[in-house]
Order: sequence, then structure tokens, then C-alpha cells
Amino acid sequence: MNTFNLFKKKSSGDIAKDRLKILLISDRINCSPQTLQMIKQELIHSISKYMSIDEEHVEIILKKNSKRGKNKKPSLYANIPILNIHE
Amino acid sequence: MCEVIVITSGKGGVGKTTTTANLGSGLAALGKKVVMIDTDIGLRNLDVVLGLENRIVYNLVDVVEGVCRIKQALIRDKRYPGLYLLPSAQTRDKTAVNEQQMLKLIEQLKNQFDYILLDCPAGIEQGFKNAIVGASRAIIVTTPEVSAIRDADRIIGLLESHEMNQIDLLLNRVRFDLVKKGDMMSPNDVVEILGIPLIGVIPDDEQVVISTNQGEPLVETVSLAGKAYRNISQRINGEKIPIELPNYVSFWTKVTGIFQKPTS
Repeated sequence: MNTFNLFKKKSSGDIAKDRLKILLISDRINCSPQTLQMIKQELIHSISKYMSIDEEHVEIILKKNSKRGKNKKPSLYANIPILNIHE
Repeated sequence: MCEVIVITSGKGGVGKTTTTANLGSGLAALGKKVVMIDTDIGLRNLDVVLGLENRIVYNLVDVVEGVCRIKQALIRDKRYPGLYLLPSAQTRDKTAVNEQQMLKLIEQLKNQFDYILLDCPAGIEQGFKNAIVGASRAIIVTTPEVSAIRDADRIIGLLESHEMNQIDLLLNRVRFDLVKKGDMMSPNDVVEILGIPLIGVIPDDEQVVISTNQGEPLVETVSLAGKAYRNISQRINGEKIPIELPNYVSFWTKVTGIFQKPTS
């Protein structure tokens, strides 16, 4: 990629790669984006009881380990910014 | 020691049959005794790619049903003395053979050959199960496209749950001009996504079309694809041959490129 393309839109190869990454995560563990959304809502709901959180910036990501293998299960990462903790 | 290798992909049309024909020829050219089994019952094609379609008398289903002995169904290749084809049946369907029958057949062939290559049909149904049951090693053929890679990933998952010892990736039909422009996923991208070792990259090459038209193997030609298949055959045979990818930019484009306006 040369410097003239730096400010242009993403190349189609990169778009394909990004689409695949997301697609394969749900394919591999049989988990739909809707299910992830539901998990996210319930997490927000339960954590809000104890602390106030920045709901806008809650991230739920399924990550697979880069090396495949029988014991390499995907894991769920939640990034939940805390605004303040209830007393 | 006989190695049983299944060539599979999930998606159809990515080059399983061409790959089977050329790896079979490549291994036979190294002096190995090789039998290729077409497990695509009802949609037989490996015979045509090898140019052996006029020699078929008996087929896989005949052997399994006891109509003939294995030896009668094996077709000897015209070019390589150690290369044989066990053709599939054209008038039956995948249910004509089951996994136990395939295992038995492979066991019988094992003591006569160095390599057994199984050309797997597309899909994940009975034909796929028949093709993988006797194999200890798999070569996944895919192209750098979203649909083909997605299917390849599914197949890898299935093979892992079947305890396949070794699974390698063969990336087919790569256009390095597009990779360079960023309009095709690179071999590194595909390896990163699928997470299995790469055994070789076949560039998109018009010689593949020409050789397939003629029913001749590519490994005899002086093409890029032919060389790539020769190298992969050597790697299967245990030789350490580094994977060399063609330079994305030729020397001449480097020289003239400085004066060219960038194209989008």
C-alpha cells in the first residue's frame, strides 16, 4: 500500500479479512450476534446493581486463541468502564 | 509406511480434484507408488482431469460391492509407472458406500502403496465422512475468498473433532497483482485466520486451464502452478522446501513506477 492510498478507504482485501474474522468467531462456537447482545444487556443489568457503569462504552468480544487445537477454546472478554462504585 | 491423505475443502470448485491429480503425479514423479481414490460418487471427475476417462471398466462401488477385485478396478496412469487411479461410480450416489467399507478398502490398499490420496467431494455429508474416515492427514484446499475460507474453517473444525493427526493448508488461485493492490487477502492473512500450517500456494495460472483441457498433469509443465505443485509434493514427501512467493512487484515496475501516477 503506497502513501497515496493512506487516506483512501480500506482495501477490499482488508474488508474481506475483517468480515471473516467476525463471521468465524460466531461460526466456531455457534453463537449469534443476537446472543452476544443479550449477554451484554444482562451483564449491564446485573453490574448496574452494584456500580454505575458507562453503558455506552461496554464492549463484549469473543476472542479465539490464535493457535488452533483441542484445548484452545474461545473466551469472552468484557470491557466495562466504571463511573463510580455505589456505597 | 503408507500415508493416507484426504484432499478436502468444504466448498466446491476451489481445486480439490486438480490438486489431487497434480499431487498424485508429483509424488509419482518422485518415484513413489501412489493411488488416487475418487470418492465423489455420482459426480466423478478425477478421471477426466487425468485424461483416463476412456479406460474405466470397474469403479469404487464395484470393488466395495464385490463385483470385482481391487486390482481389476485400478487404472494405471499413462505417464507414471507408480501412479494408479481408483475411479468413482457415475451412476450411483454417496449412500452406495459407507465408512466401514471405505476403511476396509484403504486397509487393503495400504500394503501396496506409499501414498493413498483421497479426492473428497464438496459438502459435509456422507461423501465427506467416507473420504476422511481412513485418512491420517488432510490437505485443506481453499482460495482467498470469504466463502471458501469460511467453509474451510468449518471443515477444519470437523477434522479436529475426528482427531486428524495433521492438517495443512493449500492456498489455490492466488493473484499476486491483486494481493499487492490490497484487493485480495494475502497467504499470511489466510494463515492467520485459519490457524493451520501452510503447505503451499498455487498462483492463478492459465496453464491450469490448458493442462486440464488436455487431461495432462501440470507438474510436467514449466508453469508457476506446475512448480508450486512439484514443491508441495516434495514437502509431503518430507523434504524441506521453503515456500517462495513470487515478487509482488517486478523490477521494471519498480523502475517505471516512480514516474507513474498512483492508480486507485
